[in-house]
Amino acid sequence: MNKSFFAASALAAFSIGSAVAADEIRVLNWQGYGTDLDWAVAAFTDKTGHTVVHEYFNSEQEMLTKLRTNPGAYDVVLINAAFTPQAQDEGLIGPIDASKISNIADVPENLTGNEDLNAGGALHGVPWTWGLTSFAVNTNEFDTMPSSIEVFWDQSHQGKVSIRDDALEAVQFAAIATGQDINNIENLDAVKEKLASLMPQIKTYWGSENDWNQFMAAGDLSVATFWSGSASRSMSAGLPVQFVVPQEGAIGWLDGLSIPASSTKQDAAHAFIDWMIDPEFYVKWAAEGAPASANAKAAAALPDDAFNKRVLGDPEVVARVQFQRPVSDEDREAYLALWQELKAAQ
Amino acid sequence: MSTVLAKQDRLKIFGLLSPAYLWLTVAIFLPLSAMLYFSFLSDVPFGQKEWFHTTENYKAFFTTPTYSILLWKSLRLALMVTVISVFIGFPCAYVLAKTIKGRAREALFLLVILPFWSNSLVRIFSWAIVLRGNGILEVGLNAVLPFEVDVNLMFSTPAIVIGLVHSYLPYVILTSYLALQAIDDNLIDAARSMGAGKLTILWRIILPLSLPGLLAGAVLIFVPVVGSFMEPRILGGRVGTYFGTVIEDQFVAVYNWPLGAALSFVLLAVVLLILAISSPILRKART
Repeated sequence: MNKSFFAASALAAFSIGSAVAADEIRVLNWQGYGTDLDWAVAAFTDKTGHTVVHEYFNSEQEMLTKLRTNPGAYDVVLINAAFTPQAQDEGLIGPIDASKISNIADVPENLTGNEDLNAGGALHGVPWTWGLTSFAVNTNEFDTMPSSIEVFWDQSHQGKVSIRDDALEAVQFAAIATGQDINNIENLDAVKEKLASLMPQIKTYWGSENDWNQFMAAGDLSVATFWSGSASRSMSAGLPVQFVVPQEGAIGWLDGLSIPASSTKQDAAHAFIDWMIDPEFYVKWAAEGAPASANAKAAAALPDDAFNKRVLGDPEVVARVQFQRPVSDEDREAYLALWQELKAAQ
Repeated sequence: MSTVLAKQDRLKIFGLLSPAYLWLTVAIFLPLSAMLYFSFLSDVPFGQKEWFHTTENYKAFFTTPTYSILLWKSLRLALMVTVISVFIGFPCAYVLAKTIKGRAREALFLLVILPFWSNSLVRIFSWAIVLRGNGILEVGLNAVLPFEVDVNLMFSTPAIVIGLVHSYLPYVILTSYLALQAIDDNLIDAARSMGAGKLTILWRIILPLSLPGLLAGAVLIFVPVVGSFMEPRILGGRVGTYFGTVIEDQFVAVYNWPLGAALSFVLLAVVLLILAISSPILRKART
């Protein structure tokens, strides 16, 4: 009797002990964006014993609000590099301990040294993925792929055009079309005029990747702005679309994984980020449709015909990309007012 | 003795009413006051961001023409949807109340209420499938008609109106039905025996007597449609930007809750103002 009681309490103590070593980390990310793949989470749990729970946001503003209102609730958060300085400045995220992330050695220095990810003088976001915001066309409607962004203003595609309902994206898209620097738009009137002349061409705005796929599959659209990672997913899902990086250029973005300053599970969080930039994880993810990896070793491990190697691996394409920098609140408000005014005039 | 009874009565009334008042306080008054407070802030009072009290959000409404243009657009939409719903709903209610009797009436009533039991988002997405080019409507019409028609109503104002009328029609049918049913059939027979024509009966007897119900239904439709955002967004496409969608954007996309709250209260004020202006007409209808 006494013996079995002792055994039971020892067992209980053991299971409590292992529960402490194996943490449950909470990840904040866009839904369906890599970190929440079932097989990836299962592999991470097998490897480390830590379990992963996800929570999602639908906009960067929502992500920041969630970090502000729920301190301690999250352990890993995906932050676009253009927002990392703001999150760092508000004290929402803490510095990364690179010694706990062995794979970071394979990330090129121009990415780990990115000015925005190193906000506050220390690495606050591990470069994870990057990609382009450009456009994709319905291959049933085009015999030859367009090479210019002017295809959006082509009368023959009137009523079959779409852009995302997002002020910043719309303004930067028009900045590229008017030959301006997306991070320093000097002629906002030209942008407004360009967008105003685009409006009659537009059928509807799209909001999510799912929207986009539905509109394309229904044949509602011929040409629409799109993200490179989403385009590779849509193509591998069999939609008749092709991603285009026009001669005028495209918007580039860099996503980093950060650890909230309030996280109490730093080790598990670092381990999860290490797994997220692991080539083994990336190659499998890319087969299902992923953005380009920040890890050079992971990118090199892709098959030659992979979308991310074929399109985004071309140095000539990368040279045309303008990478997004942080946007000041004043500019953001001006863009929003411009976009709302254009939408209200319809 | 009588004062004791009154006291007991008052206690009883208080006891019976308190759940309702508690519910009103918790579910309506508290959230609304929180939003009213938010509308006077410079930023959402969460985290380390600084905020202060301001009337800037209300000023934004009066200094940015975008908002008043959209509010006017929303009011016109609501008026159109209300008028169409009344023109469809009132005859339906009349037929239900005065012409059809027994089992058939129950069955038809069920059909009227049935859409209410389904989720509104599902209803709107079903309309999207029907209205889109090469959708159910176009394929169906082309299968029946001897000539080809091109029906692509999706992403247009008519699509929004169709979706909204379908969503809110039951209100006007139900309220008009109740008012019409209360009209004594003998009144109509008496009018007919004195030689009144059908139109005269409708104009002089049925309409005045059922007007309270009809107007109640119209108000029930008008108020939510002014602030509608989901239907215009899904069915309207490029032309689907209304006052409601801008408020929604402030909450879910831009995260400017104070401005969203301020715009909501402007909307509330405008709707109350419209009801106040029309209240003499409403009161007249009741007498």
